[in-house]
Amino acid sequence: MSNIIKLEHVKKQYDDGFVALKDINITIESGKFYSLLGPSGSGKTTILRIIAGFSEPTEGRVLFDGQDITHLDASKRQLNTVFQNYALFPHMNVYDNVAFGLQLKKKEKNEIKKAVKDALHMVQLDGFANREIAELSGGQQQRVAIARALVNEPKVLLLDESLSALDKRLRKDMQFELREIQKKLGITFIFVTHDQEEALAMSDEIFVLNEGKIQQSGSPVDIYDEPVNDFVARFIGDSNILNGRMVKDFEVEFGNHTFECADAGIKPGERVEVVLRPEDLDITSVDKGKLHVRVESQLFLGDHFEIKAIDTDENEWLIHSTNSTKVGKEVGLYFDPEDIHVMRFGESEAEFDKRLESYEGGD
Amino acid sequence: MKKRKLIFLVPYLAWIALFVIMPIILITVYAFRDEHGFTLSNFSQFFTNGTFLRMTLNSFWYAFLITALTLLISYPTAYILSRMKNQQFWLLLIILPTWINLLLKAYAFIGIFGKGGLVNSFLGLFGIGPANILFTNAAFIFVAAYIELPFMILPIYNAICDVDPAVMQAASDLGANKWQAFKRVLWPLSKSGVQAGIEAVFIPSLSLFMLTRLIGGNRVITLGTAIEEYFMTTMNWSMGSTIGVVLIFLMIIVMISTSSSASRRKKREVKL
Repeated sequence: MSNIIKLEHVKKQYDDGFVALKDINITIESGKFYSLLGPSGSGKTTILRIIAGFSEPTEGRVLFDGQDITHLDASKRQLNTVFQNYALFPHMNVYDNVAFGLQLKKKEKNEIKKAVKDALHMVQLDGFANREIAELSGGQQQRVAIARALVNEPKVLLLDESLSALDKRLRKDMQFELREIQKKLGITFIFVTHDQEEALAMSDEIFVLNEGKIQQSGSPVDIYDEPVNDFVARFIGDSNILNGRMVKDFEVEFGNHTFECADAGIKPGERVEVVLRPEDLDITSVDKGKLHVRVESQLFLGDHFEIKAIDTDENEWLIHSTNSTKVGKEVGLYFDPEDIHVMRFGESEAEFDKRLESYEGGD
Repeated sequence: MKKRKLIFLVPYLAWIALFVIMPIILITVYAFRDEHGFTLSNFSQFFTNGTFLRMTLNSFWYAFLITALTLLISYPTAYILSRMKNQQFWLLLIILPTWINLLLKAYAFIGIFGKGGLVNSFLGLFGIGPANILFTNAAFIFVAAYIELPFMILPIYNAICDVDPAVMQAASDLGANKWQAFKRVLWPLSKSGVQAGIEAVFIPSLSLFMLTRLIGGNRVITLGTAIEEYFMTTMNWSMGSTIGVVLIFLMIIVMISTSSSASRRKKREVKL
């Protein structure tokens, strides 16, 4: 697949001296669904604004289809944006909102009508053309905003926290619909969100951002299973993170025990962090478990129980289980070697990928 | 309980009755009377005598010019103001002149525009003049616009501030250049402020009289000047009142026409 957008060494410093982005390098391939994921203030929206043309980088270049568009006006870029609060034109009805871009391009009237009709059909708003914006619900306004952007047939669609104003049920529906639309049209979507679940559910690829830097990029599965540092591990999903020490390749020590693991390429004796996902921990009897813990609390969350337990070394463990247990009970925790993920302190994503290749043979 | 609440309304009602309703009734009564009693002759004189009609047109024409000039200056000012950093400070500078007495400002302009005034001394540096600036129509319009400016800028500024910046970005994102974004999004969304500004400037401008005398040198005769003339000089209260009544009706018409065009938005139906 060809590259459509490329950010090269993009930096952004605001007038007050705040550095929003530090050396961002991103390559966006056409036809994929990307997410920029990070907490507020991480710089994800700044990246989106630079791509859209509402903000210029202090340093670096933005390439679109191989052309330098760093200083090109937003109105001349072949991409469209779905804004956080939709930013619909309140003085126009649904039809005029959606037709806005095409009318500016001086398209023929019948052509515009047909395009608007198709776009409204795609977002399931048939028959809404003559409604006023104020008459629409939040979800419907969201759909109008998507139709208004897509009717221009952009090569890239940017979505800025576009689902965060919707209630949970509607958000889930829209996630599914957006993914369907993206697959059907085959255009690139770049989705900004702070909701890790949303990013995991929708994306082909995720960029995890923090403090103006890309912490990790990769498929949802890669990022979830092999976080590069404790920020990513904590931000994406729940996790148990413990200090440990590498004994040798495929063997790590934590909680005063030595465990078989799936990581290698780290000096023996090096201090590391160990990640264990709560859903990878199974509760079993004390003698069958690899760790001996006492159950401290249990919460029923509908689809699973969230259990907190403390081991013999006073480490706290978070466990997700479909079966309930009893508070105060002594139980064993079992996990497979692959469930242990070892993270080195200060290892960059590139170094991490290189090490992985060295012992996994590059698959 | 209910009666006790009504007591608080008394000062307000008394004020309205004494200073709004009574004067209107009085001038209406005067307008329909002469020495002999009830008459329509004042009105027939107003609508048949060319002088009065010319004065009415004059009033409208100058009020229009003043409003147009104020709007022309105010809209860009309000727009730039809404994009500035220390908005409160600049806003204060615009409001500040309204705290100074109108008469004082008028006299200040006599000083500035006069034969030995600031403008003529400045022109003198280049060997021009002294020019006759004071007592010209242009001076009258300029000073009137200067005085009305804050009342036009403020409502427009408020309306522009209410426009979500994201909406302007959306217009640009959809391919609108600066002019198209202004014409199709910012102007329609800030029109309510423009309408409020026009009402605040046009209506008082219809009845300006002090400035016409002090700055316009009585060359510009508007309905306002005429009313003053009839009441103070010729003591023909009936004719003065008649003009007053006509002026009130004209103002009501202006108000209805501007406010209805604000609320009315042409609804277009599209068949898909």
